[in-house]
Formats: sequence, structure tokens, C-alpha cells
Amino acid sequence: MTARVELWLYLAQRLSAMVLAPLVLGHLITMVYAIQGGLTAAEILGRTQGSIFWTAFYGLFVAAAAVHGAIGLRSIVREMTPWHGASLNAAAAGFCLLVLVLGFRAVGAVT
Amino acid sequence: METGKGDGGALIVEVWRGREEGFFQTYSVPHQEKQTILDVVSYIQRRLDATVSYRFACRIGMCGSCAMMVNGAPRWTCRTHASKVAKGGKLRLAPLRNLPVIKDLAADMTVFFDKWQKAGGSFVPSQPGSQEFAVVAPDSKERKAASAGIECIGCAVCYSACDVVAWNPDYLGPAQLNRAWTLVNDVRDGDRNGHLAAVAVDAGCHACHSHQNCTVYCPKSLNPTASIAGLKRATVLAALKGEI
Repeated sequence: MTARVELWLYLAQRLSAMVLAPLVLGHLITMVYAIQGGLTAAEILGRTQGSIFWTAFYGLFVAAAAVHGAIGLRSIVREMTPWHGASLNAAAAGFCLLVLVLGFRAVGAVT
Repeated sequence: METGKGDGGALIVEVWRGREEGFFQTYSVPHQEKQTILDVVSYIQRRLDATVSYRFACRIGMCGSCAMMVNGAPRWTCRTHASKVAKGGKLRLAPLRNLPVIKDLAADMTVFFDKWQKAGGSFVPSQPGSQEFAVVAPDSKERKAASAGIECIGCAVCYSACDVVAWNPDYLGPAQLNRAWTLVNDVRDGDRNGHLAAVAVDAGCHACHSHQNCTVYCPKSLNPTASIAGLKRATVLAALKGEI
């Protein structure tokens, strides 16, 4: 497993991208739809609160974005700077955790 | 200035002198019809400055030893006409990018061939000592995939063109991964998983960004990017099956 870490990260990056692509499209289309006739917090919360669909939609979105973003940032840092190794891996994992916590907190607040 | 007509005009040629540290020295070379960049460098070395170092052997695009940077792009100098690339009659010649410099225009290919081995570039016979001919169906999927990449002569033009090598000196490189892909598809080879394991490493095939610089500059019109994409798929499948 450790010998193939780049391969598994590569796979996780592609799989999370496949999950993200339709979710991003759904998010953008909903945004365009939602701002027709003005944007209010009440309207948004009216749509999302108590909705199992939107909880699942944005819960999955947060999980995929956390995985995708952390792996991508790690790759960029490895290619563009001399920072490598365990400390970078820990920082990437920390970023993933931060996005998960903040993201799920936000999802919890609107659903 | 007229170029490409053999009218006696001159090419202004800047040649890298030194190693990693150095400078461009300017020479004036008579321009002739159908003159290659290798002809230009040979003229400089034989007529103007015997201390200029460069490398060539076959002169006809077979050996892969004369590649260098010509006006910023990696090329075989023996197969590049000066009239095609000398914009405004000017040429700037430098050693291949992404490789250490021995002297002037001669790059050190050691790391290039070391990575060839590191990427599992050696054929592993599945039937050592066999006197029988291996029968490989010409239109089989594996044979076609191997054939697509097998004409590589190891000139390092793709390696020099690759931005991933520039960012990460440990990256195995397009020619090396292309070679591995031909062996993965060689049904006579006895260690397919060994080849896949060799490239599924840190700075292996998954580091490729698919920029396709290698494919654009390959003088043989090979497509190392496609070979690397094949390796990415094959290594992931092998890992999911627990084979590597």
C-alpha cells in the first residue's frame, strides 16, 4: 500500500473528480435558478432545510471536494516547491480534514 | 536577410559555450540550400572554432545522438533544415534541456538511460533459451499497442520537451514510460506485473500531466502520452486486482 501511495491517490483524485463533475453542474444550475427573482436566505433555507436530497447532495459534495482538493494541492506543492515527504502529507491530510469539518458544519447549518 | 535560397547569405548562429554556467557565442555561417542544423554546427567546428563540442553519428535520423535545442525547441539537428527554423536568418543552439551539460552542445545522457532501467525497460524472456519463434498475431490488441511505440530510438527529444521532468527531476520520463508500455504489451515478456510495478511509483506514470509536449516534438511521430495513459489504466487495474 505505502509503495503504491501515488497510484491510490491518483485513483482517488479521478474518482472524486467523477463525483464532483455532476455535483458542480447541479450546484451551478441551482444557483442560476435560485437567484431568479432575487436571493434571500429564507428562500434557500426553505429549499434545503429538512431535505434529505440536499443533505446528501452537499454532503457528498463536501466529501469529494475535500479529497480532491487535498490531493490536488499536495501535487501542486510537490511539483512547484521543494516541500516533500511526511510533513507535506500531514498538511494535505489536515487540509482534507479542515474542508470536511467546515463543509459538514455548513451542510448541517442549512439542512 | 535572405535565407533558404543558397544565395550566399549568412546565418547568425549563437552557440552555447560552457556547462550549466556559460554564454552564447555568435558565429556567422554561410547559408546553403538544404543545409541542416548539423551541417551548420559541423561548419563552425571544422572551419571557425575547433573547440566547439557536439555529438552526432549517423547524420540520417537513425542513431538519435545529435538532438539539441534549436531556437528553443528540441530537435534532431540532422533532420532539421536551417531554412525551416532560422527565423530572420538567426539560430540559437543549446544543449538538450532537462539534462546535465558535458560541454557546449553535448548533453549528458546518463540519467536518461539510468531511468530507462529504473522504469523496467529491459525485456524479460518468458521462455529463456527457447529456440522456437514466438508467434504474435499482427492484428492483436497487444501487438498493435506495442507497434505504436516501438520505433523509439532514445534520442531524448521528448525528455527534453517534458515540463514534468523540468518540475520533478525524479520523473521517469516519456521515452522511458513509452518503452515500458511496449514491454507491457509484449506477449513474449515474462514479467508484465514487474514492468507495471516499476512505473507505478512516486514520480512514475501517474505524475504525467498529459501536456503532450513529448508527442508534439517526437521526431518519429510517436505518442508517448498515449502510452503513459495506457500505463495509468493498466497499473490501476493491476493494483485493484492485487497483482502489483
